[in-house]
Amino acid sequence: MTLLEFARGPGLQGALLIFSLGVAWRLVGTFLLARNRDLAQPKGTSTVKAGVRAMIIRSIPPHELEKRITFQHITGYAWHLGFFAVLLFFGPHVPFFKQFLGFGWPYLPNTAVMVLGAFTLAILVALLVRRMLHPVLKQISTFDDYLSVVLVILPLLTGFLSYSHVQPLDVRYEVLLAVHLLSVEALLVWFPFGKLMHLFYAFPSRYQVGAAMQRKGVQA
Amino acid sequence: MRTQQTLGEVLASRGVSRRGFMKFCASTASLMALPPAMIPRIAAALENAKRPSVIWLPFQECTGCTESITRSHAPTLEGLIFDTISLDYQHTIMAAAGARAEEARHEAMKANFGEYILAVDGSIPMKDKAFSCIAGESNYDIFIEAVKGAKAIVAIGTCAAFGGIPMAKPNPTGAASVQDVLNEAGLQKPIINISGCPPIPTAITGVLAQYLTFGELPELDHLGRPKAFFGQNIHDRCYRRPFYERGEFAESFDDEGAKKGWCLYKLGCKGPVTYNACATIKWNNGAGFPIEGGHGCLGCAEPGFWDWGGFYRPLSQGDWGDWKTLGIAAAAGAALGIASVAVSRVKQARARQEKS
Repeated sequence: MTLLEFARGPGLQGALLIFSLGVAWRLVGTFLLARNRDLAQPKGTSTVKAGVRAMIIRSIPPHELEKRITFQHITGYAWHLGFFAVLLFFGPHVPFFKQFLGFGWPYLPNTAVMVLGAFTLAILVALLVRRMLHPVLKQISTFDDYLSVVLVILPLLTGFLSYSHVQPLDVRYEVLLAVHLLSVEALLVWFPFGKLMHLFYAFPSRYQVGAAMQRKGVQA
Repeated sequence: MRTQQTLGEVLASRGVSRRGFMKFCASTASLMALPPAMIPRIAAALENAKRPSVIWLPFQECTGCTESITRSHAPTLEGLIFDTISLDYQHTIMAAAGARAEEARHEAMKANFGEYILAVDGSIPMKDKAFSCIAGESNYDIFIEAVKGAKAIVAIGTCAAFGGIPMAKPNPTGAASVQDVLNEAGLQKPIINISGCPPIPTAITGVLAQYLTFGELPELDHLGRPKAFFGQNIHDRCYRRPFYERGEFAESFDDEGAKKGWCLYKLGCKGPVTYNACATIKWNNGAGFPIEGGHGCLGCAEPGFWDWGGFYRPLSQGDWGDWKTLGIAAAAGAALGIASVAVSRVKQARARQEKS
């Protein structure tokens, strides 16, 4: 079995199984977490409204911190948008999703995807370097932070190499494609167990905070 | 002895002009990526070369490789050159049959022991050697007998080179490539794999010409194929490559994209992972190759192409499984989640009890 055959077969199957199992485990475990009953009289009742509001408000930087986190805020949004644009709207990626869903969708011209991908990659590398050099970020960063960023960078980097047929060290295309697929599979395997789970947690947790604060009579 | 006649004499007797012969030598040098200074050397070597004895053994094959060589290039000079080797045994095209054919093989093997080229097309069954026999002898026994006196082996076609279609899952005959059988038998011989289903005839004659000229095998890639023909992949040489670069893909075989000649990647073209000279040398005297005919490359020169999961499955798709299996995995994950919550609640209750 070649590396590409492994990446397109058992590797992909294994990664998807771990992803499904891990995500279900984390989600069910989190949502059923034992919580103490709140016996206090609720001070606010419109918890749904407050929860939805928190989901929106907490996606925008607070006014008092706006200037200090502008770089992180803008780059954060930029690379997320770029990453999903490359993931979902690159021509050869559409058949990948079509095999699961049974339908495809229009895709962007390759030039646009390449530009978006290059910006995304540059931002991610810049953020990684910043995390490694910034005195405060360095102190609060864990293994999860570094691994998650690296695992997001790798599919972009290997995707560029395999798309453009760049052959560093005379690596053949099928090897580059296999490495690209394996990098995606590594991302899927790590996904449920690290901070990448924020894809599922981010908005529910903001809602939860907003609703809980409303109950306590505090604006989240 | 037929092999005593030189190639030059044979060609002259067939009325091949000096100009035609030199043209063939120049194209051979070009094909094999040799410098122009080598053309006279090729010509001299070919003119004076004794006709090598070639024993061609067809095993588990479809005869497509033989068709490719005998039909596609029959009127060309390459065809004549190929005719002028001493093809002492090829049971598909030889006049003799039955016991006389087998006698011819044994005679040729005896007369040219240690000097003949053994050409093989087709894979060899290893599960039960009786699965494929010729005149009561198994393919395996014929091959092992012939390989002992061979100077070199040319595995013609993907079946001989890598196992091919007979090896496709579940491989009912235990089909094995020439190299695998050699390894199994503990024998060592120089092998050139000229893969393809079928292989390009020019690749065979080119390799033969180089072997006659220099007396050694050409430079081979990691799969034992001559780099001159298998050094670049189809995608890098494909005339539809600019459409791939622009992201213009045909979505079906009769849509606007297909009519405009856009890239066939999404229709399962395996050009990016296939190394062969189809896009440069082409087929039928340079008339075209499959992608020019509007069909994606099947990857037929590569090991395992028959089990890549479908000719029309794009390379970016894989054998991902099914929703049922993923659903079971998710259910197992949910069960784990419930179990972990139950454990944490029991611990929480115990902690409360201890506290109170």
